[in-house]
Amino acid sequence: MNPDPLLQTVVQIADDHLILGHRLSEWCGHAPMLEEDLSMPNMALDLIGQARALYNYAAKLENKDRTEDDFAYLRSDREYTNCLLVERPNTDFAYTMLRQFYFATFMQPFWQSVSSGTDETLKGIAAKAYKETGYHVRHSGEWIIRLGDGTEESARRMNDAVAELHPYTDEMFTADAARQYCIENGAVPDMQSIQAIWNNNISQVFAQARLTIPKTPYPQTGGRQGQHTEDFGFLLAELQYMQRSYPGAKW
Amino acid sequence: MTENLMPLWEVFIRPRNGLNHKHVGSVHAADAAMAMQAARDVYTRREEGNSIWIIPAASIVASDPANAEENFDPASDKIYRHPSFYDIPDDVGHM
Repeated sequence: MNPDPLLQTVVQIADDHLILGHRLSEWCGHAPMLEEDLSMPNMALDLIGQARALYNYAAKLENKDRTEDDFAYLRSDREYTNCLLVERPNTDFAYTMLRQFYFATFMQPFWQSVSSGTDETLKGIAAKAYKETGYHVRHSGEWIIRLGDGTEESARRMNDAVAELHPYTDEMFTADAARQYCIENGAVPDMQSIQAIWNNNISQVFAQARLTIPKTPYPQTGGRQGQHTEDFGFLLAELQYMQRSYPGAKW
Repeated sequence: MTENLMPLWEVFIRPRNGLNHKHVGSVHAADAAMAMQAARDVYTRREEGNSIWIIPAASIVASDPANAEENFDPASDKIYRHPSFYDIPDDVGHM
């Protein structure tokens, strides 16, 4: 298998996980209750762990002496190819749980399929990630139901989050030429099959949460091409601060 | 966050198969499903166990500390209740 399309695809997936993990970690010490103050960093650590495994694999595929840290901390904004959804700001707890639910519901069938795919390294990463992702789906999904079908305020916040974030979900299912190559080689699943599962799972939880899936005639995309939202620069500034200020710093 | 919207749940963890569930602490949660997730997130992050029990704290009937003397002190001078006054035959080995 040609390493370049695989490298591009692995970096896309890794970037999704690093950036969402960073966003979730911003809640550490700020969550509305102690239980969630542990739960969100738990999920963040799962995501960052998955990102590390993927960046390590990317570094191996590239074979140019770059390490996982070079990928995570020393690229410019245009070189990150995460989808826009994962970089959206936390805003409030409803937004954060919905963003988590959208992404985890996408990754769950994705990892399941990769774990019986053709790439041995990705299969190994998928086996562990699938279990972690299953918990993310359950945890965020339970909150969607309780907030959507909760108090007047929680329902309003949940509906605001759906209206704001749903247009960003289409980008998860796009496949550029590199991704298409990996799909044809059986390393990653085709996006239509994942989208069908995703739609079904979202609909089920939304029905219980008394939420409606909005029509999104103008999907927001660009992250996969390195065109990010304004918030992304601030995120990177914080994420990269330590390595930029103290290059090569170690614990 | 009011106590009646987010009541208290007591958490019990079983460290391994064959051992008893042991009380480890409590969590606040809206209902049983959320309490289970909170218990998992708060109390099993370091591989503390492989099974979780949760019960509503309000369901626990606790002894009254004011009755502690009459409840527990009478046992203190009845050492004959401990099975330590028997000669164990060597053949039995370690008990």
